[in-house]
Amino acid sequence: MSSASNSEFTLPQSAEEGAAFAGANWPPLATLLAGSTGLLAGLAWAAFGLVSLLLPDVEAGDWSQTRNVGAAALGIAAAIAILSLGAPWFGRVGAGLRKRAPWLLLLGLLLTVWELATAKFGWLPLPFFPPPQAIVEVYTDDLPKLAASVWASVKLQLGGYAIGALLGFVTGVSIGWSVAVGYWIHPILRFIGPLPATAWLPIAFFTFPSSWSASTFLIALATGFPVTVLTWSGVASVSNAYYDVARTLGAKPSFLVLKVAIPAALPHVFVGLFMGLGASFAVLVVAEMIGVKAGLGWYLQWAQGWAAYANMYAALIVMSLLCSGAITALFRVRDGLLIWQKGVVKW
Amino acid sequence: MVALALKQEAPLAGAALDIDDVSHHFDIDGKLLPVLDHVSLNAKPGEFVALLGPSGCGKSTLLRLVAGLEPPRSGSLTEDGRPIKGPHPSRVVVFQDPTLFPWRTVWKNVALGLEAQGIIKSQRPRVDAAIELVGLSGFANAYPHQLSGGMAQRVSLARALVNDPQILILDEPLGKLDSLTRLSMQTEIVSLWQRNGFTTLLVTHDVEEALFLAQRVIVFSDRPASIKADITVDTPYPRHRGDAYLAELRQQILGLLGLDATW
Ligand SMILES: Nc1ncnc2c1ncn2[C@@H]1O[C@H](COP(=O)(O)OP(=O)(O)OP(=O)(O)O)[C@@H](O)[C@H]1O
Ligand SMILES: [Mg+2]
Repeated sequence: MSSASNSEFTLPQSAEEGAAFAGANWPPLATLLAGSTGLLAGLAWAAFGLVSLLLPDVEAGDWSQTRNVGAAALGIAAAIAILSLGAPWFGRVGAGLRKRAPWLLLLGLLLTVWELATAKFGWLPLPFFPPPQAIVEVYTDDLPKLAASVWASVKLQLGGYAIGALLGFVTGVSIGWSVAVGYWIHPILRFIGPLPATAWLPIAFFTFPSSWSASTFLIALATGFPVTVLTWSGVASVSNAYYDVARTLGAKPSFLVLKVAIPAALPHVFVGLFMGLGASFAVLVVAEMIGVKAGLGWYLQWAQGWAAYANMYAALIVMSLLCSGAITALFRVRDGLLIWQKGVVKW
Repeated sequence: MVALALKQEAPLAGAALDIDDVSHHFDIDGKLLPVLDHVSLNAKPGEFVALLGPSGCGKSTLLRLVAGLEPPRSGSLTEDGRPIKGPHPSRVVVFQDPTLFPWRTVWKNVALGLEAQGIIKSQRPRVDAAIELVGLSGFANAYPHQLSGGMAQRVSLARALVNDPQILILDEPLGKLDSLTRLSMQTEIVSLWQRNGFTTLLVTHDVEEALFLAQRVIVFSDRPASIKADITVDTPYPRHRGDAYLAELRQQILGLLGLDATW
């Protein structure tokens, strides 16, 4: 029972900690507590580890990774404690850990509660709420299938997104620049653009030669619409003063498009790329669930069919990391290209 | 100063500018707004002409016509006898707003003209020289949002000068500068003009500035602008701001602008 008392010992401590943070004079207090928050985070993770190792799993539970998860949690706890106590000696790693200590603390506590509520006391019904070790088990035991799904999703998404973004960009610039192109494309855009790409799903799957090409088309469509509209509005809103300056300095039309219109429109283009990314994720998952028979969307569907809820959570976590990673990458590119803007949103 | 010094080896006279009976109006929701009313004006090669007139009378519009950004509704404009049909880098404009490209550094902004003409590769020192000329060498890699209003205006001046124009069109180029920088830039403009020999058209609100810089001062009426007076400033450079002759002319011009009572 020592572990239980240990975790009870952790909780009130952290509550005080939270109260202290909410206190009025917290900047000096925060510097003082910077190290101790890390220590508390270490204790929370230790509690998670000890709970996993020392308390017996519920009857219905049959999890092979309980001990490993517990041991890993203890290892993480030790690492957090050492790094936060010795932060000055660990340079950037130490500083980074201190900054994240409150989050680590919260995570440790949540994991402890989660472990208790599922694997140890069964407060939440199985199999709908699997414990952490069940999810870890998916990553260890079902890795090949999961990895293959990730790879299939990434391939499909990247291909469709690249095609959609490129076509959307070119179309947007053309409409924004040329009245003649606008005359023909604008009505089509208005007619087709607002339609959710998923509405094309049934048609796409029997008109295209393969479900892969159909999905690529749908993802490109979902990406292309916002990219087109925002690129277009970006190009259309470029101030005439810029063109006047460039023209008096001897610029030809190609220079006006490539060196004036496009750079000036780039902030809008990135909003479009961002929106397109969100829309294309939705299409990707639906397309995989319905037609492609591969990828994370399909994996989710498959897991649901087998009532393998741990697999669903595991896949959801991976999916969220991938989507978030994609957006991070997009924002990195944007920050690099739009370094001249002040006050861009940090993701 | 490299490029600008180089110019002396092959002294390139400015171009003659001939504005012949030009009228212009704008359409605002179907209503006609007359802006220029039978304006005729000649500038000899290398002449420095200042344009003065009430705000909103049409000075910037006239400069846009000279630049070739818009065709006049009637009348004609010629450069060295050739009709002005569109913009050309031999006539560069320093606009009332600096209008720097925010996505380009100072250096790239100044390089704009040479880049647009496709000769930047061989002409990079000219860009450096122009930036140095306006005193911004330390800011070559700064972005426009990192500059003060006056610095931005100086960049826009450098962006024009780097092209070695034959006609330099200045639309209140010193309007945003503090009075000290303004005075030194005035001196700088005179020496640039003397060295390079370009024909200069300068719009300004500042009567003293016009008199300090120009060989001729044109005074416009209210909108629609017509030429009210064409005054020759017949005194050699370098001029002195306290000159009695200039003070007398100033009095006369202020009178033309309807401000004689205040001075
Ligand atoms: N593109 C345009 N469309 C419609 N009207 C215009 C346009 N440009 C200028 N105008 C009008 O023409 C008139 C003259 O404008 P302009 O910019 O030439 O004045 P200005 O003499 O340069 O004034 P300021 O000294 O204040 O700069 C103004 O009344 C303005 O409203
Ligand atoms: Mg003006």
